[in-house]
Amino acid sequence: MSRLIVDGVEIDVPPEYTLLQACEQAGAEIPRFCFHERLSIAGNCRMCLVEVKGGPPKPSASCAVAVRDLRPGPNGEPPVVLTKSPMVKKAREGVMEFLLINHPLDCPICDQGGECDLQDQAMAYGVDSSRYIENKRAVEDKYIGPLVKTSMNRCIHCTRCVRFTAEVAGTGDMGAIGRGEDMEITTYLETAMSSELQGNVADLCPVGALLPKPYSFKARSWELVKTESIDVMDALGSAIRIDTRGREVMRILPRINEAVNEEWISDKARQIVDGLKSRRLDRPYVREAGKLRPATWQEAFAAIAAKVKAAAPDRIGAIAGDLCALEDMFALQSLAEKLGVISLDCRQDGVKLDPRFGRASYLFNPTIAGIDEADGLMIIGSNPRKEAPVLNARIRKRWLRGGFKIGVIGEKADLTYDYAYLGAGPETLATFADHPPAKMEKPMFLIGQGAFAREDGLGILALAAKAAASLGVVKDGWNGWAVLHTAAARVGGLDLGFTPRQGGLDAKGMAKAGALDVLFNLGADEIEVEPGAFVIYQGTHGDRGAARADVILPGATYTEKSGAYVNTEGRVQVADRANFPPGDAREDWAILRALSEALGQRLPFDSLKALRARLHAVHPHLASVDEIAAGEPFDAGQLVSSTEAYGNAPFVSKVSDFYLTNSIARASAVMAECSVLSESLTRQAAE
Amino acid sequence: MLEDKDRIFTNLYGFGDWGLKAALARGAWDNTKKLIDKGKDWIISEMKASGLRGRGGAGFPTGLKWSFMPKADPARPSYLVVNADESEPGTCKDREIMRNDPQLLIEGCFVACFAMEAHACYIYIRGEYILEADRLEAAIKQAYAAKLVGKNNIHGWPFDIYVHRGAGAYICGEETALLESLEGKKGMPRLKPPFPANMGLYGSPTTVNNVESIAVAPTILRRGAAWFAGFGAKNNSGTKLFCISGHVNKPCNIEEAMSIPFRELIDKHCGGVRGGSDNLLAVIPGGSSVPLVPAHEIIDAAMDFDTLRDLKSGLGTAAVIVMDKSTDIVRAIARLSYFYKHESCGQCTPCREGTGWLWRVVSRMAEGRAQKREIDMLLEVTTQIEGHTICALGDAAAWPVQGLIRHFRHEIERRIDQYSANPHSEPVKDFGVAAE
Repeated sequence: MSRLIVDGVEIDVPPEYTLLQACEQAGAEIPRFCFHERLSIAGNCRMCLVEVKGGPPKPSASCAVAVRDLRPGPNGEPPVVLTKSPMVKKAREGVMEFLLINHPLDCPICDQGGECDLQDQAMAYGVDSSRYIENKRAVEDKYIGPLVKTSMNRCIHCTRCVRFTAEVAGTGDMGAIGRGEDMEITTYLETAMSSELQGNVADLCPVGALLPKPYSFKARSWELVKTESIDVMDALGSAIRIDTRGREVMRILPRINEAVNEEWISDKARQIVDGLKSRRLDRPYVREAGKLRPATWQEAFAAIAAKVKAAAPDRIGAIAGDLCALEDMFALQSLAEKLGVISLDCRQDGVKLDPRFGRASYLFNPTIAGIDEADGLMIIGSNPRKEAPVLNARIRKRWLRGGFKIGVIGEKADLTYDYAYLGAGPETLATFADHPPAKMEKPMFLIGQGAFAREDGLGILALAAKAAASLGVVKDGWNGWAVLHTAAARVGGLDLGFTPRQGGLDAKGMAKAGALDVLFNLGADEIEVEPGAFVIYQGTHGDRGAARADVILPGATYTEKSGAYVNTEGRVQVADRANFPPGDAREDWAILRALSEALGQRLPFDSLKALRARLHAVHPHLASVDEIAAGEPFDAGQLVSSTEAYGNAPFVSKVSDFYLTNSIARASAVMAECSVLSESLTRQAAE
Repeated sequence: MLEDKDRIFTNLYGFGDWGLKAALARGAWDNTKKLIDKGKDWIISEMKASGLRGRGGAGFPTGLKWSFMPKADPARPSYLVVNADESEPGTCKDREIMRNDPQLLIEGCFVACFAMEAHACYIYIRGEYILEADRLEAAIKQAYAAKLVGKNNIHGWPFDIYVHRGAGAYICGEETALLESLEGKKGMPRLKPPFPANMGLYGSPTTVNNVESIAVAPTILRRGAAWFAGFGAKNNSGTKLFCISGHVNKPCNIEEAMSIPFRELIDKHCGGVRGGSDNLLAVIPGGSSVPLVPAHEIIDAAMDFDTLRDLKSGLGTAAVIVMDKSTDIVRAIARLSYFYKHESCGQCTPCREGTGWLWRVVSRMAEGRAQKREIDMLLEVTTQIEGHTICALGDAAAWPVQGLIRHFRHEIERRIDQYSANPHSEPVKDFGVAAE
């Protein structure tokens, strides 16, 4: 520890701390623009200047000076740092004046107004008027993609965006051209950014130069009600904040959760907003003479009751989709059990993971933060950049630190880091099934749904388990078996045991023509249900599921209900309700509760609280929010002994189009634009 | 006056041939092996004893700089980088060395690399120096052919030397920006610490030296530190190349002893100030970055680091820009301000925003189109830039303006009065717009 005195306060800090960190620890506030905890240090805004006694007679940039570089006083006194001296005050005023001379001061028409670092710091550290009477610089706005709007007059050249794309996103999309006062931040030839995390640059921008484009001129930050929630666009469960005005979701921003998403979210999580408002199912529908007609809840329930009562329990099935909350699935499961239904499934993509192999077999066991500790990674049948961009950034962060070997079995894609390409499919994986242990302390297997969502999925599962055991991925004190899910509801569904009972059909089986008489589809839009069964679709968007439905029950999206989600690590997280469902749509658990009454199988809860109490009674581990219940020990033996055969087809990631993976995304015009753009970028790259 | 026998650069004017054979005849590479055999510690202590201060402008003792290099480590090789990005307005000394005496530089690189246990040297040469780069490359080729340098050279210290051409940015003469540029990145100065001696080129220990500092080293070692230290005042020893330009009768490059009085320098070598020494207005004694010094202060001053520092200016690169009374001094400084505005890299705020502001205000003042209160404002703006930036370009942009206001405030005020007494929409004819 190094001792130093900040503004008269004596503190001990680790010597590798920067002065800025040390000053903050001493309780001094240091203004900054270019400095950001998660990016490299640029030291270029010069706002964080402090005075170091005994040093050169000029202020030092506190973000760039390490405490260990300070020299003690002549008699060994601790170094003295001043953050409120006249020199510092003058330096800050000077820098602020420089920042503002070419800044347009168009706060009244700037979307950043109210949450702008420049505004706040000008108030706190600036002077009241400007002495600059020359013409201000004008900079042309750049096109950098459909998600980020530019207003480059406002840019203060802090280069956070440049460092973000270079370091975190790994695409290096942005840079600066020109020099001196003609320096301009742009992408190369004004092409669109190619990162799936590009929306974060608008958050990083301390001024209104980079702004979220779809949110342009929509709202003011002080009008918004902020609700903490959880993202369901992928299985990470990134922490988000939903900003609403009245009934409308205006925007979605990341929250800090060091264990999951640090402070980034993917573009899909952020810009899905318009998808929440379009193509919504806002009233029940009943199919009559081949056409869906609007109906009342009573009519819809009556139609369902008639069909359900006429069907034998083994001719009834239930599929849960990818965006369902735990409570919804639990309610449906309870109803199904009351009806004696044995065909249940939450795996509409046909993944062969199953709770009977033990909880640890389908979790991301090393945890997302555990990637930081790992020293080796094999990616099997996954493209993490598309399946979970934020997780991919974490892998890249670990890779940048060095001493991290990455191998890939599956698709050869641009993952933003270098890796050894081992092979395309199961035969490559088989070469590791009987392999001496890897010379690593903490190797990881990142296994995507592309490996398990296939006919020979069970064989692959056994093979991968064998390889994990022989390579030392699963051993005492370290479980590197990391299954990367793509559906937010999946781990929750598996935890609940939302899988076929003895003799029941799985999702693929239920979808087959003539397999069932009645199919209850809870928001499963990624499965093609063949003709035959009477399909009840409870969901939010007029998507594939609704098109095939005979009765539609309008439900609530993740912003419109309070619900728990279990992420790919097995972490239980609760999302709060931010707004209300449109029209006649209701929260999903409540619909199921009402339906149960109509079916004469009344569910024993009348409130969400009661439902949760029952849920927690049956599954105690789901009660501990924000925690990961330790999975039962990984039953490798059971898997390894399995002699399921496997084919030779190469692994293909389940996410082919990152922007259109669920019904909300498909309803979003912004996502559609991104999808078209990324396709054309890929095509250009191929040419 | 320096005698011919004491000149280090005996072919400064290119009267002789630049080639290796002629250079050998002039004494380059004369028993370099003997210098090497005395060991690196001897070389560094001799360099320290000679009192050689860096010739690139800052005047940091060269021997001391060499001694900062850590011990050789195979994982992190040491490098010598020679800063031949000579772009300071008024300065043209390194150009002559590389043009006419390149072997002195190459030998200096070799000796310096040996002293720092480096096996590779990069010469970063200014992009506009096309002839010089060609000649340097040819000279290096000759040295390789004669096995003076290379992996198996006759001196027994494996050594490679490379020439890297810059792309014409002034800021790449700043040592860390130079390293960035050499690594293939944008030429933007790095934060210090860490200093290059610790984390330089490719993260390895690196020393960056000026061409002249390196080129004089072999001669110092051959003739002894005492010989070199015998010239000039205390702490300002040695001989120095002066580049005298501007309003003198014969502008020239000349090697002279340090601390030579200004009057002697001009009268002996340049045929005096145009129109006699009474016609002298001001002098910028060390390249465009240092504040000007008015005639009465400079005329009998010794041309060395300490004297000029006491005059609130500096020796810089010893590029002496002489201005007689016909000079439009405000416009001259406005032109320098334009230069710094143009060459600022744009990385840090005070320099990026401030240099343009300075230029605009000084340009208006050159016409008299300003308020008198703006003079103090301008001075304050310069102090807001000075010392607040990552590199010294901010200081370099601020100092000329500070020097102008310090010594010629009355001239600025006279113009403002003249303009306000006779206001019209067109700019005043005499002054024009600075820096068209």
